[in-house]
Amino acid sequence: MTARLRLAYVPLVDAAPVLLARALGFAEEEGLALELVPCPSWALLRDALALGQVEAAQMLAPLPVALALGLGRSGARFEALYGLNQNGNVVGVSRDLADRMARAGHEFGFEDAVAAGSALLGAQDVLRIGVPLAFSMHLELLQYWLSALGARAGQLEIRTIPPQQMAEALAQGEIDAFCVGEPWGSVAVARGAGVLLLPTSAIWAGAPEKVLATRAGWAQAEPRLAGGVMRALWRAGRWLDAPENRMIAAEMLGSLGVEAELVERALSGRLILSQSGIGAGLGAPERAAAGFVRFHGGGANFPWRSQGAWIARQLAARYGLEPQGALAQGRAVFRADLYRQHLAALDADMPLLDGKDEGARAAPSALATARGSVILPKDCFFDGQIFSDAADLSPKV
Amino acid sequence: MKTRLSIIVVEKDRERALLIVDGLRDAGDFDVMVVSEERGLAHRIATRNPDIVLIDAGNPSRDVLEELTLATAPTERPVMMFVDESDRARTMAAIEAGVSAYVVDGLRGDRIKPILDAAIARFHLLQKMRIELEQTRRALEERKLVDRAKGILMRARGIGEEEAYALLRKTAMDQGRKLGEVAQALVLASDLLI
Repeated sequence: MTARLRLAYVPLVDAAPVLLARALGFAEEEGLALELVPCPSWALLRDALALGQVEAAQMLAPLPVALALGLGRSGARFEALYGLNQNGNVVGVSRDLADRMARAGHEFGFEDAVAAGSALLGAQDVLRIGVPLAFSMHLELLQYWLSALGARAGQLEIRTIPPQQMAEALAQGEIDAFCVGEPWGSVAVARGAGVLLLPTSAIWAGAPEKVLATRAGWAQAEPRLAGGVMRALWRAGRWLDAPENRMIAAEMLGSLGVEAELVERALSGRLILSQSGIGAGLGAPERAAAGFVRFHGGGANFPWRSQGAWIARQLAARYGLEPQGALAQGRAVFRADLYRQHLAALDADMPLLDGKDEGARAAPSALATARGSVILPKDCFFDGQIFSDAADLSPKV
Repeated sequence: MKTRLSIIVVEKDRERALLIVDGLRDAGDFDVMVVSEERGLAHRIATRNPDIVLIDAGNPSRDVLEELTLATAPTERPVMMFVDESDRARTMAAIEAGVSAYVVDGLRGDRIKPILDAAIARFHLLQKMRIELEQTRRALEERKLVDRAKGILMRARGIGEEEAYALLRKTAMDQGRKLGEVAQALVLASDLLI
């Protein structure tokens, strides 16, 4: 007997696990009739989840944390049960800005966050940068990156632009740069409006991006539904992770309304930076970004409480909130306990602790687990900083 | 002395905008403005400083408006909030009608309600009109397809119009398909075979 579960999402490449959980029958195997509800804005998605029009949603990782901290004027309270993906976003600049940066010597390598950020900050006094939502990793990573490189007070004007409007906003000179999820960065390139500068994975290799969010208390009340959808998504993520499945996945994501080739490039992290040469350079440069987006494995799906805490720390600093309380609330939003409970049967190995030192891995290295250890991929910040959450991160039973 | 409340309606479609504005004007003496251009929306709204902003709940630009709800310095732009508080029935009515309202902090409930009620009524009407229009459009398209299919059968089999129509209907019934689907399949196949 199947149970109905409505899941809201925003049409982006990283909605792939959601779409595939249904299309590949993983949801059905878990006894779920998954109804997918595409949303044109994060506001509509948030309201749909808050008001019970859907049971679950793909959500920008900082949003549930921001709401828990009382930011954003909505009374909604959500929990993050599962990590849908890490990274998958790009920073891009207008053609005009790219030409100036190229003339000043920037080589558009697509790997070096220090070079890219310094070139960006040096190119213009005030940078107007578009992001999809004020509560997003897009904004957090931009702020973290450019502040560390010495952005002057008032140099960054970050504003909300819907992803589908980014290319147009860039072409019309409304913004100078953007940080957006694929395929919208590549769409801007294909339209000749912009040039890609850096993948967000180059700022923080292990950054959470989208989470599976539900209303606070719902997962506890509906364990069968919660567990079922998490396991279905986990299987979809694992399928998506296999390189031989990427082409098929790209074809199956036709509902995104974007050419399969763009989707396939985003899934494999091989991006075209510009439609034509940058500055005096010739040809359409292509770059490979290892770890551009991660849907599975290496802790990509575990809702690390340390990541909830990191997001809370950044928000607390920006909005002038008391830090310790904020960190505690950020930790509480990421429900590592529910992940352990519902994915014990599937996930080969659970970490011993609910958190880790974020940014400690400049290269793949071992993490202690119940059965010994598992190798986690690199998760470093571009500036080598490590966020070590001082709290007790032992699993809560 | 109360000043007139100022309302901005964000709507690209001119006909829809006029309908909404009319409804608001009937509901009271307000200063109503339509913003049809979504580029630079945040700036436009911040500059004009309205008491209320009305927008279709499904408009992607809502995320732009949400930015305005974040706390800014007291002397800067007004803090706008989404109306979602104690009045659950009205909130649900707004959601069902597909209208989102962003209201400046501190505006009294009794001043907002008539505006929101008028907006809900108009948006609801627009929703109904949209559904009816879609149904009419589909019926017209189906009619055109059926006419073409009839023509194809008449030529191909040398039969009259009534016979052709009866054949289409019988096929649809036998196949458990809709008349429109059968007509469409025939027209498509015929186009390929020319």
